[in-house]
Amino acid sequence: MNTFFFEIKEGMLIALRAIRSNKIRAILTMLGIVIGITSVVLMTTAIKGIDNAFQKGISALGSDVLYISKWPWFGNRDWWKIRNRRNITMADFERFKELAKLPIAVAPVVNSIRSAKYKDRSVDNVIMTGSDADYVNTTNFTFDMGRFFSETESKSSRNVVVLGSNIAKNLFPRRDGLNKTIKIGNENFKVIGILTEQGSIILGAFNPDNQLYVPIGTVFKYFMSRWSSSITLNVRAASPAMVPATKDEAEGIMRKIRGLSYNEEDDFAINQQEALQQSYDSVVGVIQIAGLFITGLSLFVGAIGIMNIMFVSVRERTKEIGLRKAIGAKRRTILGQFLLESSVICLMGGLVGLILAVILSMIVNQFLPTSVQYSAVILAIMISLMTGIIAGFAPAYTAAKMDPVEALRYE
Amino acid sequence: MNIINIEHIAKIYEVGSEQVHALRDVSLRINKNEYVAIMGPSGSGKSTLMNMLGCLDTPTSGKYEFTNANVSEMTDNELAKIRNKEIGFVFQTFNLLARSDALHNVELPLIYAGVPSAERRERAEAALIDVGLKDRMHHKPNELSGGQRQRVAIARALVTKPSIILADEPTGNLDSKTGEEIMILFNEIYEKGNTIILVTHEEYIAEHAARIIRLKDGLIESDETVKNRFIPKPKTVVV
Repeated sequence: MNTFFFEIKEGMLIALRAIRSNKIRAILTMLGIVIGITSVVLMTTAIKGIDNAFQKGISALGSDVLYISKWPWFGNRDWWKIRNRRNITMADFERFKELAKLPIAVAPVVNSIRSAKYKDRSVDNVIMTGSDADYVNTTNFTFDMGRFFSETESKSSRNVVVLGSNIAKNLFPRRDGLNKTIKIGNENFKVIGILTEQGSIILGAFNPDNQLYVPIGTVFKYFMSRWSSSITLNVRAASPAMVPATKDEAEGIMRKIRGLSYNEEDDFAINQQEALQQSYDSVVGVIQIAGLFITGLSLFVGAIGIMNIMFVSVRERTKEIGLRKAIGAKRRTILGQFLLESSVICLMGGLVGLILAVILSMIVNQFLPTSVQYSAVILAIMISLMTGIIAGFAPAYTAAKMDPVEALRYE
Repeated sequence: MNIINIEHIAKIYEVGSEQVHALRDVSLRINKNEYVAIMGPSGSGKSTLMNMLGCLDTPTSGKYEFTNANVSEMTDNELAKIRNKEIGFVFQTFNLLARSDALHNVELPLIYAGVPSAERRERAEAALIDVGLKDRMHHKPNELSGGQRQRVAIARALVTKPSIILADEPTGNLDSKTGEEIMILFNEIYEKGNTIILVTHEEYIAEHAARIIRLKDGLIESDETVKNRFIPKPKTVVV
């Protein structure tokens, strides 16, 4: 064991000496590994960051909520057919609410893109969600100030509005929006509630933070036709475990309301977060694999660079190897010396790459969510070490098995 | 004391389909504190014999005993160990590590012997002082003259206190004055009780030895003690 550590230590010193004596070459070779490790770490960091943002965002949608709508979220193959489906109306909603036993909350929802204004400040093209008082029970909303609209406000279609946190921030930078009157379109609305931050950047316009909530009757009164718009029913199951049963019940009730006979297809879609998750997983899964493959490729190129330079180095130092063998270096000593040399180059490159990746991810974080993982750090170090050993092995082995007589004679 | 005992060794190389008999049948004994010159024209098997004596190569047939250990049956690692402990090489082209200073070059065999660094340094310094390079320890080979480089190489050969010093044309790359200085150093080393084997093709170099073995076509042509050995005297102060 002692001789082992002695050999490692001396091998290390020899390796460092060799690297120092060929600084430019070592740095250029290292560059390949730096780029490889930087891209691999950045990639995993970005993937993890997007993933975290998505999970946070999707949890704002609630895993126990069903969205019954004319449009399915995914797989709109028969676009024309779906377009021609009958709208889901407020009457459908009333009957559904009457018949459904399992949901703990059912709310009708319409969306419309609007602009809101307060004095000289305005937000443009944000989603205005119209619903009733029960809507808040289909969400996990928490309030920074105020409350959601009441049943009375909802039934009597009052001009009241609840603001998502980003909208509140934009209109009322001094956080004094409660009870102020804002303009949506040309109508005045009183701000009765402001949400705390709910979702995340990944949901974009669908992020609750970027939405306005008003009573559905008010939307129909000013902005949309009650008769020509299709609504979505947000149906919340008692618990995630109750989702399948609630979904079954909902499908039955909807078919009944819509008067579909047994051989007719559903003319509505029951969407849920799970579908979003699945589609996300399949898309992101591909991106992950492709991303890691491409970045892995750059690391591979770096490794080839190392192998190449190690072969050159072994060839160049043939005479030195001969001498070292003549004065007593064993095969494994020579093998170790060159393996250590390539490992040290790779490890140094890996560390530089890691530092670079952390700095870059801090910069990228200003625009896109990233998150450096400890596992990625450890992985990067392991990968660079492995790269060094694997790329260095063939050249080191060539050196180790050289015949000292031949090597000494080499010019 | 008998250090080297060679009995009927032969070395055959395969070059393409042809067999080259580099050594045919060589028997040889070398005792402690001998000063032997091995001579012969190129192709005589001189280099092969030197590689064999230096345990860099093993014979195809025959027996080679080095301080009673049978070298002809050793593995690579055992050979490496013998070379490290028992043999000090001095080459025509010095073979120093270009980017390391004199001290590190001399320390090198001690690293492979597993000597801890403090002791290593001490011994390497002592060896460099012995060859007259007290003031050049931290110079790199390219900052040293040819003679000084060869002295570093000799210090490297001596530092492990080997049983034999094996010098292959040690003056071949030096001018005659510097070569003579190196031969003076070898003589000092010999007089301190070391065993030296000198491989050369220069008659006047061989005359420094106490015994000359001449090879021809893979066989020993003659093996005789030199009656009036040329003992070099320092004429000037050793640099």
